[in-house]
Amino acid sequence: MGTTTIVILVILALTVLAYSVARNRALAGAGGDRRKLHSLPTYYGTNAAMFTGVPALGVLVIWLLAQPMMIESAVVKLIPDSVIAEGSSVGLVMSDVRRVANGLDIVIRSGGMTREAALALDTTTTDVRAALAAVGVALGSDVKPKVLSAAQAHRQQSSSGRVWMIGITLALALIGFAISVAISKPDFRARNTVERGILALLILAASLAVLTTVGIVFSMLFESINFFRLHPWTDFFFGPKWAPNFRGNSDLSILPLLWGTLYISAIALAVAVPIGLFAAIYLSEYAGAKVRSAAKPLIEILAGIPTIVYGLFALLTVGPMLVNIFGRGEDGLLGVEWMSGATAVLTAGLVMGIMLIPFVSSLSDDIINAVPQSLRDGSYGLGATQSETIRQVVLPAALPGIVGAILLAASRAIGETMIVVLGAGAIAKFSGNPLEAMTTITTRIVSQLTGDTDFASPETLVAFALGLTLFVLTLGLNIIALVIVRKYREQYD
Amino acid sequence: MKDLNTQENVVDTENVKIVARNVQVYYGDNHAIKDVNVEIEANTVTAFIGPSGCGKSTFLRCINRMNDTIDICRVEGDILIDGEDIYDRRVDPVQLRAKVGMVFQKPNPFPKSIFDNVAYGPRIHGLAQNKADLNIIVESALRRAAIWEEVKDRLDAPGTGLSGGQQQRLCIARAIATEPEVLLMDEPCSALDPIATAQVEELIDELRENYAVVIVTHSMQQAARVSQKTAFFHLGNLVEYGETAAIFTNPTDPRTESYITGRIG
Ligand SMILES: Nc1ncnc2c1ncn2[C@@H]1O[C@H](COP(=O)(O)OP(=O)(O)O)[C@@H](O)[C@H]1O
Ligand SMILES: [Mg+2]
Repeated sequence: MGTTTIVILVILALTVLAYSVARNRALAGAGGDRRKLHSLPTYYGTNAAMFTGVPALGVLVIWLLAQPMMIESAVVKLIPDSVIAEGSSVGLVMSDVRRVANGLDIVIRSGGMTREAALALDTTTTDVRAALAAVGVALGSDVKPKVLSAAQAHRQQSSSGRVWMIGITLALALIGFAISVAISKPDFRARNTVERGILALLILAASLAVLTTVGIVFSMLFESINFFRLHPWTDFFFGPKWAPNFRGNSDLSILPLLWGTLYISAIALAVAVPIGLFAAIYLSEYAGAKVRSAAKPLIEILAGIPTIVYGLFALLTVGPMLVNIFGRGEDGLLGVEWMSGATAVLTAGLVMGIMLIPFVSSLSDDIINAVPQSLRDGSYGLGATQSETIRQVVLPAALPGIVGAILLAASRAIGETMIVVLGAGAIAKFSGNPLEAMTTITTRIVSQLTGDTDFASPETLVAFALGLTLFVLTLGLNIIALVIVRKYREQYD
Repeated sequence: MKDLNTQENVVDTENVKIVARNVQVYYGDNHAIKDVNVEIEANTVTAFIGPSGCGKSTFLRCINRMNDTIDICRVEGDILIDGEDIYDRRVDPVQLRAKVGMVFQKPNPFPKSIFDNVAYGPRIHGLAQNKADLNIIVESALRRAAIWEEVKDRLDAPGTGLSGGQQQRLCIARAIATEPEVLLMDEPCSALDPIATAQVEELIDELRENYAVVIVTHSMQQAARVSQKTAFFHLGNLVEYGETAAIFTNPTDPRTESYITGRIG
């Protein structure tokens, strides 16, 4: 068991102990009469547990995250430029340092060397590489003296850091324990402190969620900036061609990819919007309770199918079927030779449309149901039939919401990856022919980042610029859609 | 019970517009209207009063077959308008509703322009030969609903942008634009302030010239102000029906008297 695990267990044990001690102390203070307590006994216990566990564990987590970073930056200063070989970098030397430090740790733990001996180690007298190889730590080359001393400093700082960490966290737990037990008297407002503790917990969770989002956006932003340092932004946004070339000098324009993305999304929407909307109208206005209770879950199952399965469906079923109709010359259904491969804009668009049907239908269903019954009554009361009522009253009333739903579906379509990876093909071009293979932004992100990649070349970094553009695009659509839907909701509240 | 003591009160049988015979309404197992018999006269405002949940709205909605839109609702007995059974299989409920207009408790203008709201019925039923014709129909409906002066300059503005009282008068205009013979109103003033209420009440009194008006109301003052005939419902029974003045000054049934004097809420 590592020392960290033991520390955590000790803190948890103290926490549990604090709970019962504080609870009993409060009860005892009230002479066993819980009515004399300000709060319920469990609140005193929870309060004490909170004070004992939370600060100690919090400091522990921060310490574990911060210590390696601080040691790293201190040790880097010990490495002079001379040690860094031609074609190498500080990063590579540092990873050697870490490996040696780790090896020394293992040697000491396995009893091969005393702590003092490890600190006194000298490359001129000992073959450090052989000594470490004996305990299973393989090094690429002989250990340079500077690297060894850096590794020794690294090892020493980490172990003294760990001692400090154990001391401080346990001290915090004990102080929390002592204070919280001491204040657990009957008139202490434990209930209120626990309430504040819960509030803090909730705020922490919310801010973590927000911070990760911000973090993701910023990391994409920084990588994109790196990309635009290496590649002209005019080519990215306005260039004519997408032709990555790993020897450099690539044409990396988003426009052909954007064209493919929008074309496929448009076909998908042309499939999903009418079908989804009509299904929603039937289910919400015409179907009886029995049909509705059977059909709605079935449609929602469609929404639960992983998109990779849709991708397979596109590649193995829809694509060949379309080839059968539009291709294969005399053998085909139409006797034409328009389509040569299963991957095509139409294949991906159709399957993506199927994927979006439940999305459009369940959103539209909600929106149609939100149209007040009083409007329908008003129309029926004037002698309108059901379809007149739907066409002239319900749909116009629901229109803004439905537009919002369609925009949300469009943003799903633009960001969809697996279906286009498998169904659309890999050729970046401007073409209006839906039977040709084309490619999208998402598929290019996947292909630029798979395989042997060097994260410093524009051919790889372009993935981040593509991702950021995609993100801005879908975010914009989502915001517009949400604004429209919210406006619509307000209208009938 | 004296539920049927109404016949002697109906003086002018010539003028009878709607006749209900042994009407029963069930919502599933809930027997909401119990054996109601009533004769409603043309060119008269008839008020339905009674405590909440006694079935006033339910009975009103039988008269234009709006209950057909509720799955669990079942209606038995006969309702005749001008001697014709509206529950006959040959009667199309959609046609019937054009003849029997309805105004609801909460103003429910469609999310369309004021003009399109009023033109909705005439367009559906093809009442106008051409655009000029439609303009005339819309204008006269708005005039009869006493709202023309307020909206004539903004017929293209959305109907939902009017005030509550204006919306309700717009709904009345919308109902009379289809040239109905009977106008049903379910608590048309309950969502309105006193001034708007007064305007609508005045309007109801004028509408009597052309229509048989049936109005459900919670307010006994309102029933007394606008109606000539009053029907008192209690727990699904029609307890008492007769001249409004007689019902309010000299009720024959103890339940009516308790309600009027405020002992049944
Ligand atoms: N749509 C409906 N579904 C089921 N029961 C209903 C429905 N509408 C009314 N009822 C029932 O019918 C009875 C009469 O209701 P209603 O006609 O609305 O009364 P009122 O208009 O006099 O207040 C009540 O018991 C009510 O619960
Ligand atoms: Mg009612």
